[in-house]
Amino acid sequence: MYPEFGLIALIFAGFLALLQSSLPLVGVRSKRPELIASAGPLSALVFLATLISYYYLTMSFMADDFSVAYVANNSNSLLPWYYKFSAVWGAHEGSMLLWVLVLVSWTLAVAVFSRGLQKDFRAVALASQGMLALGFILFLLFTSNPFERLLPFSAPEGSDLNPLLQDVGLIFHPPMLYMGYVGFSVAFSFALAALICGKLDPMWAKWLRPWTNIAWAFLTLGIALGSWWAYYELGWGGWWFWDPVENASLMPWIVGTALVHSLAVAEKRNLFQSWTVLLAILAFSLSLLGTFLVRSGVLTSVHAFASDPERGLYILIFLFVVIGGSLFLYGLRMADLKPTTGFEPLSAEAMLLVNNLLLILFVSVVLLGTLYPLLVESLGLQSVSVGPPYFNLFLVIIGAPLMLFMGLGQRMRWRRDELSRVIKSIPLPLIVSVVLALVFAWMLGSFKAGLVGALFLSIWVVSHLIEDLRAKYLSGGLLKTLKSLTWWGMVTAHLGIAVLAVGIGLSAALTESVDVRMQAGTKVELAGYEFEFDGVYQEPGPNYTATIAEVYVWKDGFPEAQLYPEKRRYLAGGDVLTEAGIDAGIGRDLFVSMGEPLEGGAWAVRIQVKPFIRWTWFGAILMSLGAVIGILDKRYRRVAGPKVSTSEASESNTKAAEATA
Amino acid sequence: MTPEASKRFLVFAPLAAFVFLSVFFYFALQLRETRGGDELTSALIDRPFPSFELSGLDNDMHDQSEFSTGQVTLVNVWGSWCPSCRYEHPFLTELVEAGVPLVGLNYKDTPAAAKDWLDYFGDIYQYHIQDQDGRLGVDLGVYGAPETFIVDGEGMIRYKRVGVVDQRVWDDQMKAVYLQYGGQLND
Repeated sequence: MYPEFGLIALIFAGFLALLQSSLPLVGVRSKRPELIASAGPLSALVFLATLISYYYLTMSFMADDFSVAYVANNSNSLLPWYYKFSAVWGAHEGSMLLWVLVLVSWTLAVAVFSRGLQKDFRAVALASQGMLALGFILFLLFTSNPFERLLPFSAPEGSDLNPLLQDVGLIFHPPMLYMGYVGFSVAFSFALAALICGKLDPMWAKWLRPWTNIAWAFLTLGIALGSWWAYYELGWGGWWFWDPVENASLMPWIVGTALVHSLAVAEKRNLFQSWTVLLAILAFSLSLLGTFLVRSGVLTSVHAFASDPERGLYILIFLFVVIGGSLFLYGLRMADLKPTTGFEPLSAEAMLLVNNLLLILFVSVVLLGTLYPLLVESLGLQSVSVGPPYFNLFLVIIGAPLMLFMGLGQRMRWRRDELSRVIKSIPLPLIVSVVLALVFAWMLGSFKAGLVGALFLSIWVVSHLIEDLRAKYLSGGLLKTLKSLTWWGMVTAHLGIAVLAVGIGLSAALTESVDVRMQAGTKVELAGYEFEFDGVYQEPGPNYTATIAEVYVWKDGFPEAQLYPEKRRYLAGGDVLTEAGIDAGIGRDLFVSMGEPLEGGAWAVRIQVKPFIRWTWFGAILMSLGAVIGILDKRYRRVAGPKVSTSEASESNTKAAEATA
Repeated sequence: MTPEASKRFLVFAPLAAFVFLSVFFYFALQLRETRGGDELTSALIDRPFPSFELSGLDNDMHDQSEFSTGQVTLVNVWGSWCPSCRYEHPFLTELVEAGVPLVGLNYKDTPAAAKDWLDYFGDIYQYHIQDQDGRLGVDLGVYGAPETFIVDGEGMIRYKRVGVVDQRVWDDQMKAVYLQYGGQLND
């Protein structure tokens, strides 16, 4: 009976979401406090119903109920329990349910922590969240029901979870990503509420900053996890492919980055308010757009879900209503908005505007490159190649000035900086960066442009931070700066960018790679390491058999590492997957992966030495850490902290406690 | 335009851009639908393989006449830059082992990268046609790699698959077409 309970709970969640999206609005319009106050409890109820529905889908997987079509298609009785648990989001229907669960969780969190806000504003924001939930629940019920039964012809055995997804990295990748995507819905709903209630002020921005930062941190980690997974699982040693689905996750991230920065200006200087609202709408719109691209089948990709034009049409209509409606509202409100005061061309806010414009340019480039195959197909144009070279080119063209301005911007003063001060502060970091970049390049033994450039940009960013500290120490303002967690967050995230740039630039320039035929006893020398192939053995896994190779690595005659690259053959589907053998290190990764078996017990083997590759993911971790540190600042705690003053607050509090219990 | 009017225009620009994009998506979706869901069928179905004369990775010249030798052939569009091609490679290997003739159309790739890729993953193809600038791809209506065509013994295109070929796609659709036009499978 699990699936039926799940379906009923989901239908309930839909009804409750309908109430959540309408009652508070009616309340605001007719000034009825009890309806306005209903937004909080309804958020909790929608969450509860969705959680129950999700629980029953998970139980269907755990119980190997192959009478459920979705379970039969994506699980197998041999699957280890943790993969059964994660198989829930292994394909379209279940991952959509997870999406909804994450959405209503964010909504509940907003309901709990927003009690200090003006009541009308809060009601409108929660109603907007309710509408989003309603849209996706209807989408599930009408086009993608995960609880559909195969009765009376129940499957005797499941056809297994896609082997690519049977991986620890992939257990966490989608939930992280969704936490990020869906987290931007909070910014979206607050933008809508601000437009409707006409409340665009620094308080609005201050309130939104923690939410945006947390969503952005999750999205950063989610993308990094996906890239790390691609690195060791796809067996080719690449970590970013500019695949349409990767781009679909990168686009909201880029706009989210712009939003995080423009919110800083909106909070500190009460500037860029309308621009910030637009970014808030855009960030979530791009999340929705990604959903459309991935799930409608308009683009082909390694990630593509089993697609269905009917679903595509539904999401497109939903997109049109949500994004079109909010942009229309934006246009209406902004046409009447009085222009805010201007800003000086030499100031922190000007630098942040440059950052925003570059990021918007970048997102346009990525969007164009992603949609390009569609364009060609629709218009029948002569084709021009769009692939990694196109994206990489623009990453450099836009990324380099971004980091140059970042170096300067992070120490620029608000309102107005003095030209003489700025000019005086440039030579020292410039000289330091050039000299150090050349010294490091010389130590690494390569003067490739990408390597020197990446080193220069990274040191440029760091040296400006140090120069800033020095200047503040001299002027006596150092202690105040060091006490600001917002400042520490900014520094951590910017260091993350510098570390990421080192990872990208150095691993691209210094990676050495050979494809060789190896059999027991073969030795290969690469980049100062000696790789010895010691033969292969078979080992059964829970639902696959693995052929594992033993590879010993020596450096200067001393043992350095033992690697065990695998080839797995999955029993249910017969798919073959490569699991690379990797010895990870701060300075370099040793990477061995197995290709095809050759005659005479030999194997085609790809050996790579990838210097500094780890820095790319380490940079991403620093960035998300920075986003979190930034919002631990005291002034946000006061906004977000419990402020039990009204009966409504305590009521939603108890409901929330019930829901989480 | 007065400043007031230009501002009015500017604030609605995002909406205009979005509406344009939506219309575009709508047509892209229709296109997908008229072509039968995600199984993009080509306008070339039941038409002869377009004529070409291109060098192979083996440096021999190849043309369309090689498809008219009485044998059903799978033509697989691939590139070393394409992650999905890696994914479908093991299954294609199984097909080749089962006796299915497979020809590669190396699409928008460099010979060096293609050869590296084949050394690593295994060259299971009879030969590869090199389509570096994508001209033949345009004639074939190639939308992206991987794509797989079934070409019958007279050089007529009988089936087109956009995306990865796996056991399910083969069993549900391709196998029947392959056998219908006289393809052989050993057990």
